[in-house]
Amino acid sequence: MEIKADQTARQDRMAILARCSTERLSALWATLGLQPRHTPLRGPEAGLVMLRGRVGGTGEPFNVGEATVTRASVKLEDGSVGHAMALGRDHAKVQLSAVIDALCRNAETAARIDAELIQPMRRELDQADETRRQQTAATRVDFFTMVRGED
Amino acid sequence: MYVAVKGGEAAIDNAHRLLADRRRGDRSVPALTLDQITEQLSIGVDRVMSEGSLYDRRLAALAIKQARGDLIEAIFLVRAYRTTLPRFGHSEPVDTGAMLVERRVSACYKDLPGGQLLGPTFDYTHRLLDEELEGDPLVETGALRGGDQEPVMRVADILGQEGLIEDDGFIDPAAEPGDINQTPTEFPMSRAMRLQSLSRGDEGFLLALGYSTQRGYARSHPFVGEVRIGEVDVEVFMPELGFAVPVGRVQVTECQMVNQFKGSAKAPPQFTRGYGLVFGQSERKAMAMSLCDRALRAEELGEDLVAAPQDQEFVLSHCDNVQATGFVEHLKLPHYVDFQAELGLVRTMRSEYEQRTGEAVLETREAAE
Repeated sequence: MEIKADQTARQDRMAILARCSTERLSALWATLGLQPRHTPLRGPEAGLVMLRGRVGGTGEPFNVGEATVTRASVKLEDGSVGHAMALGRDHAKVQLSAVIDALCRNAETAARIDAELIQPMRRELDQADETRRQQTAATRVDFFTMVRGED
Repeated sequence: MYVAVKGGEAAIDNAHRLLADRRRGDRSVPALTLDQITEQLSIGVDRVMSEGSLYDRRLAALAIKQARGDLIEAIFLVRAYRTTLPRFGHSEPVDTGAMLVERRVSACYKDLPGGQLLGPTFDYTHRLLDEELEGDPLVETGALRGGDQEPVMRVADILGQEGLIEDDGFIDPAAEPGDINQTPTEFPMSRAMRLQSLSRGDEGFLLALGYSTQRGYARSHPFVGEVRIGEVDVEVFMPELGFAVPVGRVQVTECQMVNQFKGSAKAPPQFTRGYGLVFGQSERKAMAMSLCDRALRAEELGEDLVAAPQDQEFVLSHCDNVQATGFVEHLKLPHYVDFQAELGLVRTMRSEYEQRTGEAVLETREAAE
């Protein structure tokens, strides 16, 4: 159960890190004042993933086309290992995301990172989504029935 | 006699230098930035991503700039770039049902859960040139509408509840979809591989074929069940972690085309579907793709094969514009030796012909005398 919760927390964090802008991440990271020494295990390196869809939307998988991704894995001095992968070719962002993932192997640090870095970015990304939703909602057609003649 | 020749090195260098000069154009006009291209020519960028078969807006913008706006040349550049990167794996299939929808319209139902969401569409514009855009007029941001929003239900699920539309069939969890990049082309091709091929196919070619199905070159009778555009989450399984991690979002356009089907010995009369899924905001392409997908299912559905859009080999061997442009445009490259051979052949045939006709004329004259 605990493993499952930890996995979900990790995925949630990775989702935010993958979507945030490099500038915003670097700015918030600077305020944390963390500078862990780390060694790269792999990357950061750019490559491709084949994006898959489903036939008809819900059927068997098919390959749509590729996307660029960057991945990185790092190891901290205490032995914690962190991984990151994000669409695009931003090496600096993905490298930093892997360091953050490694730091979050420690529950205390994870709580601090979640509160001071992940949560603010999540709020901003959610707000951007909400604005999009509302902009789309404003283009929703409200049909009304024309009443003809006298009743 | 065959004589090997070489030359043209200086001419080629200077041609490329001239190309760079013409690409830059008048130096008193500011150079285009990639941000300008991705932000303001976004639908052209989307086309290059879709047909280049590589989702990366910035690379597509760079390709458009380098190709002077020639989108097929830009697509070629992107396809070539792809081959320089290693492939890390594949994503989990994206869930278009959970899309953050920017546009969704249905031609089948007026009132449907989620509603008709027009989004940023050219539809209903008057197609009049806007002279204000010669300048840089102040543009308002999109209007907002708050309140609760219903989930945007798939149209296929609405008809599916009545059993009047085919479902997406049994899914074998162990089956891997084929990949046209890694498998030699063989016909018949699985539907999964056909969709991959169509998704990166040329918009103009698929549009023309789709149009021909509407005009009677294949049984069609289509309705747009729905078109939706928006962002979907991408997840990639990482073996070192043992679970799938979210790596970001991509924008896609999906089209569910609903088609009449009279039924067969095995299946009752019901609606069938053609499917389109394309990178970016590419509604015309997704719609054309779904028409072609449905036409290519003719054999599976027991329909008569009477027209080109139903012919897998015809459609799939010619829909790739990089292949097509390569073969058509190679004709301008030196064919001096081939042509010399043909010239010799035509000369021989001509002299034989003249000899024959000369003899024939002589015979006729002799007969007349």
